[in-house]
Amino acid sequence: MQAYLILANGTVLTGSSIGAQGTTVGEVVFATGMVGFQETLTDPSYYGQIITQTYPLIGNYGMNSEDMESSRIWARGYIVREACTTPSNFRCEMTLDTFLKKHNIIGIEGIDTRSLTRTLRESGVMNGAITTEFDPKAEPEKMAALMPSIQGYAVTEAVKSTTCAAPKTFEPTAEPKDGGPVLHVALLDLGCKNNIVRCLQKRGCRVTVLPGTTSPEELAALKPDGLMLSNGPGDPAENTEIIANIRKMLDTGIPAFGICLGHQLTALAAGAKTSKMKYGHRGANQPVTDFATGRTFITSQNHGYAVLGGTLPAGVGRVSHVNANDKTCEGVEYMQWNCFTVQFHPEASGGPRDTEFLFDRFIQNIRRINRVKGGL
Amino acid sequence: MPKDPKIKKVMVIGSGPIIIGQAAEFDYSGTQACRALKSEGIETVLVNSNPATIMTDPDIADHVYIEPLTAEVVERIIEKEKPDAILPNLGGQMGLNLSMELARSGFLDRSGVRLLACRPDTIDRAEDRQLFKDTMEKLHQPIVPSKVVEELEDAVEYAATIGYPVIVRPAFTMGGTGGGICEDEEKLREIATNGLRLSPITQILVEKCIAGWKEIEYEVMRDSKGNVITVCNMENLDPVGVHTGDSIVVAPSQTLSDKEYQMLRTAALDIITELGIEGGCNCQFALKPDSFEYAVIEVNPRVSRSSALASKATGYPIAKVATKIALGYTLDEITNDVTGETCACFEPALDYVVVKYPKWPFDKFVYADKSLGTQMMATGEVMAIGNNFEHALMKAVSSIELGLDTLTLPDFEKLSTEEVIEHLHVQDSERAFCVYEALKRGVDHKVIYDITKIDWWFLDKMQHLANLELGLKQGELTREKYLEAKKYGFLDKTILRLSGASELPVKDLHAGFKMVDTCAAEFAARTPYFYSTYDQDNEAAGFIADHSDKSRKKVLVFGSGPIRIGQGIEFDYCSVHAVWTLKKHGCEAILVNNNPETVSTDFDTGDRLYFDPLNPESVDNVIATEKPDACLVQFGGQTAIKLAKHMDEVGLPILGTPADAIDEAEDRERFDELLERCGIPRPEGRTVFTLDEALKAAEEVGYPVLMRPSYVLGGQNMIVAYNSADVVEYMGVITAHVDMSHPVLMDKYIYGTECEVDAICDGEDYLVPGIMEQIERTGVHSGDSICVYPPYDFPQSVIDTLVDYTGRFARELKVVGLVNVQYAVQNGKVYVIEVNPRSSRTVPYISKVTGVPMVDLAVRCTLGEKLKDMGYGTGLWRGGKSPYYAVKVPVYSFLKLHGVDTMLGPEMKSTGEVLGIAPTFHEAMMKGLVAAGYQFKTPGPGSCVIISVKDADKKEAAELAWKLHDYGYKIYGTAGTARYLNSQMIPCSVVRQVSGERPNAIDLLESGLVDYIISTSPHGRDPHRDSVKFRRKATELSIPCITALDTARVLVDALRGDHDISKMELVDIATLHRDPMVK
Repeated sequence: MQAYLILANGTVLTGSSIGAQGTTVGEVVFATGMVGFQETLTDPSYYGQIITQTYPLIGNYGMNSEDMESSRIWARGYIVREACTTPSNFRCEMTLDTFLKKHNIIGIEGIDTRSLTRTLRESGVMNGAITTEFDPKAEPEKMAALMPSIQGYAVTEAVKSTTCAAPKTFEPTAEPKDGGPVLHVALLDLGCKNNIVRCLQKRGCRVTVLPGTTSPEELAALKPDGLMLSNGPGDPAENTEIIANIRKMLDTGIPAFGICLGHQLTALAAGAKTSKMKYGHRGANQPVTDFATGRTFITSQNHGYAVLGGTLPAGVGRVSHVNANDKTCEGVEYMQWNCFTVQFHPEASGGPRDTEFLFDRFIQNIRRINRVKGGL
Repeated sequence: MPKDPKIKKVMVIGSGPIIIGQAAEFDYSGTQACRALKSEGIETVLVNSNPATIMTDPDIADHVYIEPLTAEVVERIIEKEKPDAILPNLGGQMGLNLSMELARSGFLDRSGVRLLACRPDTIDRAEDRQLFKDTMEKLHQPIVPSKVVEELEDAVEYAATIGYPVIVRPAFTMGGTGGGICEDEEKLREIATNGLRLSPITQILVEKCIAGWKEIEYEVMRDSKGNVITVCNMENLDPVGVHTGDSIVVAPSQTLSDKEYQMLRTAALDIITELGIEGGCNCQFALKPDSFEYAVIEVNPRVSRSSALASKATGYPIAKVATKIALGYTLDEITNDVTGETCACFEPALDYVVVKYPKWPFDKFVYADKSLGTQMMATGEVMAIGNNFEHALMKAVSSIELGLDTLTLPDFEKLSTEEVIEHLHVQDSERAFCVYEALKRGVDHKVIYDITKIDWWFLDKMQHLANLELGLKQGELTREKYLEAKKYGFLDKTILRLSGASELPVKDLHAGFKMVDTCAAEFAARTPYFYSTYDQDNEAAGFIADHSDKSRKKVLVFGSGPIRIGQGIEFDYCSVHAVWTLKKHGCEAILVNNNPETVSTDFDTGDRLYFDPLNPESVDNVIATEKPDACLVQFGGQTAIKLAKHMDEVGLPILGTPADAIDEAEDRERFDELLERCGIPRPEGRTVFTLDEALKAAEEVGYPVLMRPSYVLGGQNMIVAYNSADVVEYMGVITAHVDMSHPVLMDKYIYGTECEVDAICDGEDYLVPGIMEQIERTGVHSGDSICVYPPYDFPQSVIDTLVDYTGRFARELKVVGLVNVQYAVQNGKVYVIEVNPRSSRTVPYISKVTGVPMVDLAVRCTLGEKLKDMGYGTGLWRGGKSPYYAVKVPVYSFLKLHGVDTMLGPEMKSTGEVLGIAPTFHEAMMKGLVAAGYQFKTPGPGSCVIISVKDADKKEAAELAWKLHDYGYKIYGTAGTARYLNSQMIPCSVVRQVSGERPNAIDLLESGLVDYIISTSPHGRDPHRDSVKFRRKATELSIPCITALDTARVLVDALRGDHDISKMELVDIATLHRDPMVK
């Protein structure tokens, strides 16, 4: 069955339908990872977006029930060059097509994804739609009717839509590596990937996942040892209430670690600014330099907004990491709070695990601060 | 960390002659290293015995020594040049081993020379089996159960505890030499004995066989700061059990999920970090198909064949970056050349699929054992890029030049389905074709998987191709069917053939091109590196519009495809030089080639690179996009020459010698007419198609006769027939293996001295840079002959005739560019054997030793310049005088090729060559022989030589035997030879033939007392013959076995020992020709 990709600039690309049928509108972005499609699809940070995979053969190893980064697909559409109908892997349970259908996501294959990526790179992120319901060339009036909703589309209320409804607690899956007592970490779910929870669990933490709208008082009532601020979708600046909450939470001196949206919201709470990037960083090969050691790490990333490092108020925090390619801010170390944050994804999944040690650093921070508190 | 300012002069050691397992990839990496060093203002000293390489060009390094790669020689060069440091990790196993030897002996420390990039203990931890095992255990990296042993009985005992099958891997040998899978104790005893002997430290690893697991490789890099990246990962289509050099390899991996991919990636990074390597490293893993269980198989702590492949597959210049790291730079300080903006500390993202396909020499060695195992057999490889796997695979199959345009191999079509399934068990070079045949027959994938363990994903993709092929054969060729077939790589001519249609449903459909940019289009790249797809847009067209300079003439240059016997690295040398000259003279040079191991496929060699097959349709696609003004075909060997006719048909002007001249030189009748016009004699000859014609022709011209198919390369399938039985055997073989639309050529065989002349011609004048005289008489292929420049025993009259004839040919054939002529000289009379109006194998060698930049001059001729304006004069260069003799000695890979007779003949067998340069003939010969691996041992007590020669050779052999006896060797001979020698009063004991009662020749060989063998017994290729078995045994024991009396003569002279290599002059050929006194 034919499917069509309509871009906000009026371009129409013809392909074949995969997954569900119908019409979907979203922000078209591209991701350059060569593996980790299931993790990408189930990453809540893609909320409101239509994902283009630059790698041409998607779904080669199929989909399984273990590699979910959340319970569902948050993206609004999926664009691939070729969807594999005969996947092969010992954990494969279903094809990409079946997976998309199961989650009712509209996809399209047979698109020259490299050409599309070049367009997005040059013009920046662009809205678009995938439809299986009409041929835009044969029925231009239907396309004209759809155009305003494509052009007017904006990702809004992203965190509200992806965060959990009620707190959930997960027990550790291993003993703490340092032999210390089990730590209780509160995780503010801003559109959280499961692997953040797993990374904490396997380091001996009990993790309570909290809705993004949790108030500082509710957090205090839990008496957690540390606070984790998760990744998530959308424009960080629209979350004014959460930003205010985070400021109050961090003011208590709680040891905290932020990733991606968590990093951006913390910076906003500290008085810095964020801005929308031309086409963002979405892939598993982004080099990030850590100023403290001079080392450069390969990281997994997925973000369309960035913290403007120069806007961090003096004495509040300093940029600790930058992207080695475009020098954008990739991490902040706070002086006024017991907090550090990174733009990239140390939890990986998919992508390189080279910075997973940051979770260890977070735990060390908690221990150190707890010792100081205990000493008082 | 910036560059270390103390490093001002660096020595780079090359990898020596091309042999199986160590091929052109190290010329590529060495050249890239030298250029990187130069760009940093560092003076470079290059040492390599291989003259066919680009790295040994005076343009590439400041000082170039084409000298034997022995510790002694390199030490002397270090003493002379006093480099600050040595770069050991870019010259393959050869360069690495040599550097380690110098480091371990303390020589480097004593001389104050730093070893860059690695430390000896690092190398040991990767290459010494026991230390490697300890290192992996420390890192908690799983390895295959194995034990290092130094005694045969320990190997047998350990194998009994882990159970058969086991794999034997000798320590410190390259390409897996001497290893193998052992099904039982008998096989283990055989392989282990051999492996222990071949290992320089008498050590082997006995390992549990995990054949059938997936084989995955990671190319990783690390700098002094500890930054680590993976450049690329690759998945072998063939499971563990087939050497990765013999596997079809796909990049990136296809059947690994993020979890497995990251698990192995992390392991690779942990390994390189623990080893402390600064530079590139290759990690090979075995991954169990049905779990996360894996094992580290091998770690190569250097730039390898896989890194060359990874560089080309991703666009990431590993050798260059490794060199900069060695100088002290860190990854984040090095710019990614592809984007010009981002840094080298990142991981390439591919948005295409790469397939590497090996090129094996089995089309040449029809009697060779084609089965594949842990020992590499491929001489070269091709790479193909597509945006689906099927397209890349189809491109690769076209590029290996087996005459196939799909995976259908006609031999398998003849088998019954049962036979096809049975044949799937045979793990050989044709297995992919057998699998394909099974898929076409509808054999259940489970059946195929259970036998071959080729992953289901690959079977499904190959099934897709099979279905497309079958589909084309049925029903009408619709537009949809056609477009679908194009997308997955079917050529138009294949589609027409399969469908039987008379015309295509779409006229003039041309492929577009996409860019290889390391970043999946995330950043704007400026790499002029493209591959074809049938997709929407054509990036190359846009790139040309933006970057191409319309005022410059656009010239297409065809490369030479995969390295194979007869068409080696020398043609890449020629192609690259042609490109450089074109660029220098105001042209835009556009390269098409498919070999990932070469300098020509570096994206910054030409103005643009098209990494695609060299078939007519593929080239047409490039032409449609580029719209070039002309093309060059004379520099890319037979692969490029084959395209000449097509270029004529499509009307693209060929620069230089016209296509018709090639036909004139190849077509028997036209060639005879040409000779007549030139007034040049040639041996009498005939053209035949059938056995009857052949027998009749042989009678007419008289035995012996030289037989070969027309349109040959490297004497492929060429023999000397001494009698009718030989003719019958030959015609039987040839009709089975060669397309008989071209006839077989039969010539009277002239028994004399062979020589070779290369010349440059501008259409009027010609320049002969040098004449080469061959040591072996006619009958041994020129590529296998020891070759001397300048001639050492020709009278002036012969030299004058050779120059004169060459000039007549050049003019009569209207050669503009290069021409190569081969002659036989008998009793002062000169006969022509063949004329090739194109570049030849000897061009790099002669260019270097004479200082005449042959390719450069030839290209300028094709652009319309005249020789007399170029400053090198005309006629014979310097009147044929040279201050140095240069002796080229061929090098073979017989050890890797089972069942191949090592006897030299008209069919070329060598894979590479070395050069010895010295002021006298004898010194140059000695250097050449040493460089080729001959060891000049003083005969000890019991040292002996076995002589077994055919009747015609006995008289001459007696002379040699007498000298050898004089030197102190005991002489053994087979019955006839011994009888003759004894009759000549030369003490000689009889040794029984291989099939004779024990003890026989085999036992004598195994005694370890045999230093040399001279064996010229009757020719023959059937591996079951006694003489063939005898020579094979010698090869397996690495005992030099000389199969031509002329070779034996120079060896025996060299053994006389009145020349001491440690006192011979070291010749820097880079400064030699810069010195005006010499010129």
